[in-house]
Amino acid sequence: MRFTAYCFLLVLAFLGLSSLGGINEYVYFAGFVILQFVILATAWNILGGYAGYVNFGVPAFIAVGAYTAVVLFKALSAPLLLQILGGGILAGALGLGVGLLTLKLRGIFFSIATVAVVFILETVVNNWRYVGGATGLQLTRPQDLWFFDSYARMLFFVMAVLAILSVVIARYIQDSFLGRGLRAVRDSEEAAECSGVPTLKIKLIACTISGALMGIAGAPMPMYLSYIEPTSTFNLSYSISALGMPIIGGTSHWIGPVIGALLLATLQQIVTVTVSNELNVLVVGVLLVLFVVIAPEGILGLIKKWKQSSK
Amino acid sequence: METILEVNNVTKQFGGFTALSDVNLHVNRGERLGLIGPNGSGKTTLINCISGAYTNYQGSIRFDGGDITLLKAHERTKRGIARSFQIPRPFSSMTVMENLLVPFAFVGGKDGPEQQNEAMTILQGMGLADKAYVQSNQLSQVELRKMELARAMAAKPKLLISDEAMAGLSGTEVDEVLQILFDLNKLGITIIMIEHIMQAVMKFSQRVVCLDAGKIICEGTPETVVKNPEVQRAYLGD
Repeated sequence: MRFTAYCFLLVLAFLGLSSLGGINEYVYFAGFVILQFVILATAWNILGGYAGYVNFGVPAFIAVGAYTAVVLFKALSAPLLLQILGGGILAGALGLGVGLLTLKLRGIFFSIATVAVVFILETVVNNWRYVGGATGLQLTRPQDLWFFDSYARMLFFVMAVLAILSVVIARYIQDSFLGRGLRAVRDSEEAAECSGVPTLKIKLIACTISGALMGIAGAPMPMYLSYIEPTSTFNLSYSISALGMPIIGGTSHWIGPVIGALLLATLQQIVTVTVSNELNVLVVGVLLVLFVVIAPEGILGLIKKWKQSSK
Repeated sequence: METILEVNNVTKQFGGFTALSDVNLHVNRGERLGLIGPNGSGKTTLINCISGAYTNYQGSIRFDGGDITLLKAHERTKRGIARSFQIPRPFSSMTVMENLLVPFAFVGGKDGPEQQNEAMTILQGMGLADKAYVQSNQLSQVELRKMELARAMAAKPKLLISDEAMAGLSGTEVDEVLQILFDLNKLGITIIMIEHIMQAVMKFSQRVVCLDAGKIICEGTPETVVKNPEVQRAYLGD
């Protein structure tokens, strides 16, 4: 109950923040990206953190979300929420499909297969004229702003609600049978099966939910940029970030990816503005290496250790 | 006596290698069966076929009145087949209690306070009660073995397969684990014990089956099996 109340308050806070006057538009522009990474990291962690299946195909899911939105917008002039819903459903379907084909593979083979999906879909999009092919597509935002002052503010609020929604889902999964089963899968798949856990089924559920949330994170992208093109949409650095943020935050608890994403994405935004755009990818890389070596259980692990030693 | 497990003409091949050829095995309800054989004779492969870790074998397996040949491992667990592993496979990120709650959740469908009490009773029976809230990667070898048996029990099995649960244990520890298996059998659980420690097999089993090179070469009371010349040849050579 308390958690629900907190979430509700948080939504209101974001609503207030989005409606507040006198704030530079860039704050919302950067905030959108940070919130997007909260969703991506949370989504990645449902399969990667809870079940230990490392998905390197994050851009494929983002792109399915984004391009579904483009098609819905172009063909039906669908409103933003419908674009997001469509993107989520199709990316979830991709998750289920990829899962069915690859989740019988274990460990590294699953990861390699997910990378392949990125390249396959990128090739498809590169040759698909309707969505702009390799050169991309310029999009005109509709004038519908609800009651917000600007499109960036509206998107920022939408992204905040989606981020809260995905965290709620991740938390629910963690505390449910599904979470217990996924943890068992991560620790020992054989023992999980022999303890009655339908491993393939719960991995598929996790992969579908994870994929759907990544699609949701990608769907508002075309409207955010008023533009879409494959090279940046299918950028593998999304995979590094979506994997690096939970690992740096801590994969064992839903709050881990949130901490990791808020810290890293904010840092990246600051570095992008103050130093250089190129350097922001390096930030994740360097921190990832440091954490893997020094604190493999992430920030959550460090907090746990600190609590234990101060007892 | 009623048969609980029927293994009919099971053959399992890995590429060109035949690990089990035409194995037939019947186990009675409530029986204590010892499964012996030299290394590589196919004991664990047979167990993997029975527990469902492998499902692509030829032949058929019936359990408790139903055909389970095509069932996956987790479905077989729900029907009442539980096992421990030769090399312990704890859920190492969880406490001992949480390890037991996995089968409670997925076989029984509940993991509330009532199940925690029940898990505690199982742990008490194995002398692990004081370790209930210890992370399972902190356990000693014998505690791990006991936890594996406890976790198997949490699935409320009718048949328990103990795959070398005593390997690497000291003399007194072997006796402890043996006593646990005897106690479980008294509750009416059928037990198949795979073991290399012959004293334990001799003491525990009502019937012993000996595998060699994927075939059952001998079965009978423990005394007759150890005296069987083929068994002696399998273990010691000509």
